[in-house]
Amino acid sequence: MTIALHVNGDSHEIDADPSTPLLYVLRNELALHGPKFGCGLGQCGACLVHLDGRAVFSCILPIAAVGERKITTLEGLIENGKPNKLQQAFIDEQAAQCGYCISGMVMRAETLLRVNRHPTDDEIRQHMRLNLCRCGTHAAIMRAIKRAAVA
Amino acid sequence: MPLRRILFGAIAVIVILALGGFAWTWRPAIAPISASERPSVDEQTYRRGAELAAIGDCNVCHVGDSGKGYAGGRAIPTPFGTIFATNITPDMETGTGGWSEAAFQRAMHEGVDRQGRQLYPAFPYDHFTKTTNDDIHALYAFLMSQPAVRNAIPANELAFPLNFRPTIAGWKILFFRDAPLQKDDSKSEEWNRGRYLVEGLGHCGSCHTPRNILGAEKQSSAYAGGVAEGWDAPPLNTNSYAPQRWTADQLAEYLSTGWHRLHGAAAGPMADVTDNLAKASTQDVRAMAAYIASLSAQSPVPNNAAAPWNGNQVAGTFAEIIPIYTGACANCHNDQADVGPSKAISLSLSSALRKQGSANAVRVILDGVQPRPGFSGAYMPAFGSMFTDQQIASLAEYVRARYTDLPQWTDVREEISKGRQGGS
Repeated sequence: MTIALHVNGDSHEIDADPSTPLLYVLRNELALHGPKFGCGLGQCGACLVHLDGRAVFSCILPIAAVGERKITTLEGLIENGKPNKLQQAFIDEQAAQCGYCISGMVMRAETLLRVNRHPTDDEIRQHMRLNLCRCGTHAAIMRAIKRAAVA
Repeated sequence: MPLRRILFGAIAVIVILALGGFAWTWRPAIAPISASERPSVDEQTYRRGAELAAIGDCNVCHVGDSGKGYAGGRAIPTPFGTIFATNITPDMETGTGGWSEAAFQRAMHEGVDRQGRQLYPAFPYDHFTKTTNDDIHALYAFLMSQPAVRNAIPANELAFPLNFRPTIAGWKILFFRDAPLQKDDSKSEEWNRGRYLVEGLGHCGSCHTPRNILGAEKQSSAYAGGVAEGWDAPPLNTNSYAPQRWTADQLAEYLSTGWHRLHGAAAGPMADVTDNLAKASTQDVRAMAAYIASLSAQSPVPNNAAAPWNGNQVAGTFAEIIPIYTGACANCHNDQADVGPSKAISLSLSSALRKQGSANAVRVILDGVQPRPGFSGAYMPAFGSMFTDQQIASLAEYVRARYTDLPQWTDVREEISKGRQGGS
């Protein structure tokens, strides 16, 4: 079955079972390796992408459900070939340890800064709580988000 | 419109009763105490008070901003307007710092505050009145030992005549009975203890018993199911539509952990209750479970701990939604006995799907089930931002058709719209 997907500004015709999780198509068909497979249950946030600007778990989003809605991955945040302000802040703060969660962290944080330019620490914690990091780099992730917020 | 006439007539009755009842129910102020007059509290009493406060769910309504316990301010929506929960920390000016134990006991038993004002029954003194003085003593000791938080509470937003507190006196004459429970000698100690906690501090009937148009619990339909913050609070009596009849053991596990493998997860307002009961004493929770299980013991529904069932064949009608169900839901709700890390039970065991209305099923799909920070428990992602209204409606109708033999819901769209607005 052929399904049309709009990803990072491009349109793609995908031939796959309609129940296929979006994550599999992004990684395996479109070679977008920002989003990661973590738990496969929508619990960890490593697979986070934006669907019409809202953060969603791509590991449990069947491609049949996407419709005309626009998908943005970590790669889609790149501006003029360079990391955007938030991505650069994660690099500057060296927020990654193993890096597996970072794509999801950036995608989650982006949806906060879009509506709240100057979040408090509490607001950041509350917003980010659905994304897990097993290395424990939360302090660096906090710094990165705050750096992007004031930049 | 008959309903409006009934309501108008009822309000008139209340006003008349208020005037008559005012003198009869008038209570004087109780002199304030100073901070130095507060009792010293030993550790055992404090702990007992903490356990009882958990059973009473005091922190659920009287929660303060940023989780400051008992500082109050939460808006409690009622059919009559908004009531703001008071500050019950011992702050002298904005809290209960000046309350003596006698004043606290009067509030619990009679619904009158220290200053002598009638309290709205959103504070469930219709249940708390059954609490013994010993338990009230421990609760008082616990609450007065909390850090004092300065937090002035906004005025309630109620329409006339309900914003006139003496009206409550009329309500009390009609509906409030302060008789303590009499022990039932034909039942076990545990059952009696459970009844005392469920009917009293636990105030389970506040949500699980339907209310009349004046907001009083219908005693003739005790535990026949009510509503809470837009969720249906299921019946606890023989009207229960749980696919498996609850046993006392199952209830005890569910109440203290928020989950049971044959019944699923506590969601919505019930999640606050089970988070609290995790902190209560095991014996008390067991006793509550024994009493609650007895309410539906005569139900014809069996409890056979049956293996999950994989549902009716309804493929044709739902061809478009089935791939979405398969990709989004069936990884966790896999109809296997092994529920996996999400603790997702087979939907054949779901009581939400067997309710007359779709409120609970829709809200769980929209908002998911999240364990409290620091708690491990059942988890379901919120699908509200992933799926369109059409997709959520189709999913709800699909699981209703697949996992029950009941007629299709007709209120799904309406409930989605209510759930999206976060309202009831």
